[in-house]
Amino acid sequence: MDFKEKVLQVIAEVCEDDVVKEEHDLDIFEAGLIDSFATVELLVQFEEQLDINVPITEFDRDTWNTPNAIVDRLNELK
Amino acid sequence: MTPYSSFLFFIILGVLLLPTMILGVMGKRLRYYNVFVSVIVLALIFSGGDQGFYSLVAFTILQVILVKGYITYRQAKNSSLVFYIISFLSILPLILSKILPVLAVDNWASFLGISYLTFRAVQIIIETRDGLIKEQLSIFQLVNFMLFYPTISSGPIDRFRRFQKDEEKRWEPEEYKELLYKGINKIFVGFLYKFIIGYSINTYFIMNLHHIADGAFSNHLLYMYSYSLYLFFDFAGYTAFAVGVSYIMGIRSPENFNKPFISRNIKDFWNRWHMSLSFWFRDYVFMRFVFLMKKKKWIQNKMLVSNLGYILLFLLMGVWHGLAIQYIVYGAYHALMMAGFNYFENWNKKHKRWPTGKAMTVVSIVITFHVVCFGFYLFSGKPFQ
Repeated sequence: MDFKEKVLQVIAEVCEDDVVKEEHDLDIFEAGLIDSFATVELLVQFEEQLDINVPITEFDRDTWNTPNAIVDRLNELK
Repeated sequence: MTPYSSFLFFIILGVLLLPTMILGVMGKRLRYYNVFVSVIVLALIFSGGDQGFYSLVAFTILQVILVKGYITYRQAKNSSLVFYIISFLSILPLILSKILPVLAVDNWASFLGISYLTFRAVQIIIETRDGLIKEQLSIFQLVNFMLFYPTISSGPIDRFRRFQKDEEKRWEPEEYKELLYKGINKIFVGFLYKFIIGYSINTYFIMNLHHIADGAFSNHLLYMYSYSLYLFFDFAGYTAFAVGVSYIMGIRSPENFNKPFISRNIKDFWNRWHMSLSFWFRDYVFMRFVFLMKKKKWIQNKMLVSNLGYILLFLLMGVWHGLAIQYIVYGAYHALMMAGFNYFENWNKKHKRWPTGKAMTVVSIVITFHVVCFGFYLFSGKPFQ
């Protein structure tokens, strides 16, 4: 599984919805798939499953809003 | 002189900002002239004597020492204990300013805007802890951010890195014209909200309630709705001034309100009401608390973690307004509403009993509106008189 697929898998698990694997430009906050509680879960999973540490203050909803954007940001932090 | 409270203040501001507008339209840097304006306006605001000028100076010096000291420390080490001690010291003046009045002694710690300025300083410390602010900051950068006069008295609470980007920017003439237009527009919206609608609700309705209402119950009921509307128009009006003046200075201060009375549920409401404050608590209290619980695996139950987070957040938000019974009850009330909604949302995700559609959205908005107004009724202190 390549990196992008892994990230999408984590997002899908946290959102409890596989739609994020299909629609990579879906705004997951606007779609109501994720809230601040689930966001924290996402960050914990990134750390545990991908070994990438994303500080809470780094996670800006305007730039981490779609699956594609999240993959890009994580690539920058890798 | 209290900011945005008199026409004299607006006239002085208009005259002082005229060169800013000319510089902006010509595409010149605004920051140097802006510093000059800031010094004059801060002097005007705090020279009255009762705004706590000396406390402000002592507070600013303390925060600069703490922030600069912590950044230097963090470049070498990263102990949690040091982080907590520095954060506590940064909040200490605010805690004192809330406790001293309860002890009925002279409130020497307080000054205009202390509640809002504290958040700006603590936020820099937290972002330094997280490794987002690595380089040492100059005294100028810190003071300029903390004492940014348009938002000094009641926010909105900006974030350092966002503020800094705008502050360093040289706006293109076309971009600045757009900012200027928006800024002036906001200031006029502010006049409409605060001095026309808010003022009218208060003067012609709330102050005459004893004539209008025909009993204690209707008096309290009408007060609940009119006070809620007054609170919104008064505060949203102030915010429009603060954000509008910021725009003219080339700083896009964040908004505080996004049509709060059309919220579909209580969670939605807190994404629309006093946003810069609720987002601050969300990012720096709620999410950090949840992260800590999950990371250390202290509490496994998801529902329990999020509800404890809400209780922590809203009780803190309550006492932040002041150590009076109405604010504590207000905080507890919203914690209860959020936890209740949390259960409902979770339950509905499984059972799908709450119908969707336009009509139900209207029903949700109406229910939320009443829940929110009752919260403001508690906040007003009227039930405790």
